[in-house]
Amino acid sequence: MKARVHVMLKNGVLDPQGEAVRHALGQLGFDGVEGVRQGKVIELDLAETDAEKAREAVTQMCEKLLANTVIESYSVEVS
Amino acid sequence: MHAAVIVFPGSNCDRDMAVALERAGAKVSMVWHKDTALPEGIDLIGVPGGFSFGDYLRCGAIAANSPICRSVVAHAEKGGYVLGICNGFQVLTETGLLPGVLLRNAALKYICKPVELTVQTSDSAFTSGYEAGQTVTFPIAHHDGNYFADGETLKRLHGEARVAFTYNTNPNGSVEDIAGVLSENRRVLGMMPHPERMAEEAHGGTDGAAMFDSLVSQVVAA
Repeated sequence: MKARVHVMLKNGVLDPQGEAVRHALGQLGFDGVEGVRQGKVIELDLAETDAEKAREAVTQMCEKLLANTVIESYSVEVS
Repeated sequence: MHAAVIVFPGSNCDRDMAVALERAGAKVSMVWHKDTALPEGIDLIGVPGGFSFGDYLRCGAIAANSPICRSVVAHAEKGGYVLGICNGFQVLTETGLLPGVLLRNAALKYICKPVELTVQTSDSAFTSGYEAGQTVTFPIAHHDGNYFADGETLKRLHGEARVAFTYNTNPNGSVEDIAGVLSENRRVLGMMPHPERMAEEAHGGTDGAAMFDSLVSQVVAA
């Protein structure tokens, strides 16, 4: 199975990189960009064939390594 | 006093830390990240600065899950002393031994310069060589030193006097100017500035020496 993990900074955590991107977009003439948040996408190839088990395993991976839940939230897609 | 300094791929202040500890009189063993056990009789573990694993994923995240870090966590959990400087601080937050996290500097720039700090507490083996309220100058050299913790954590840190150092002029956006924090039992310190790079005359200042001197004189086997 394949899994895709999205990791984003939680709301309320300042994202200076997102702010820098927003600023640069404004300088390029893209008006009206009111906020930019930058995150990560992590793709995993899994030997597991059961979607529920795969989701459970990837959730554990997020909790233990892929995300720092002090500042980041994550979501898991399995296909 | 027998100290271990952990070496990860990408560590670049490991030898500086070892030299500072040796100057203060400690015996130092360098320990590779793939080792699973520490040498016998370790009193203090130093987690050095650098860019372990190229800062991949998040600063310190891969190092925090390396084999030796299980021994580092076990050492701390049984009351052992741990000093994490710069990348070492990032590693210790990733292991959960210290609260909070180090984000990208607010101005997105790598900053390398001496900064003035205020010692907030002398109540720890790391800071007992200083007076609370004393100003010291240590260099900083980091891209991700912007300390963040939620309101509840900050309240607890202040209530327990666990903020060890604050910046006099905030260089990186750290919440409440925090530069270093202690664990609940005051035996784990993480800090972004580098006392080991200000520990002898040739460094241009000796403000950092007192930290290593007090560690060596006070730390007994955990």
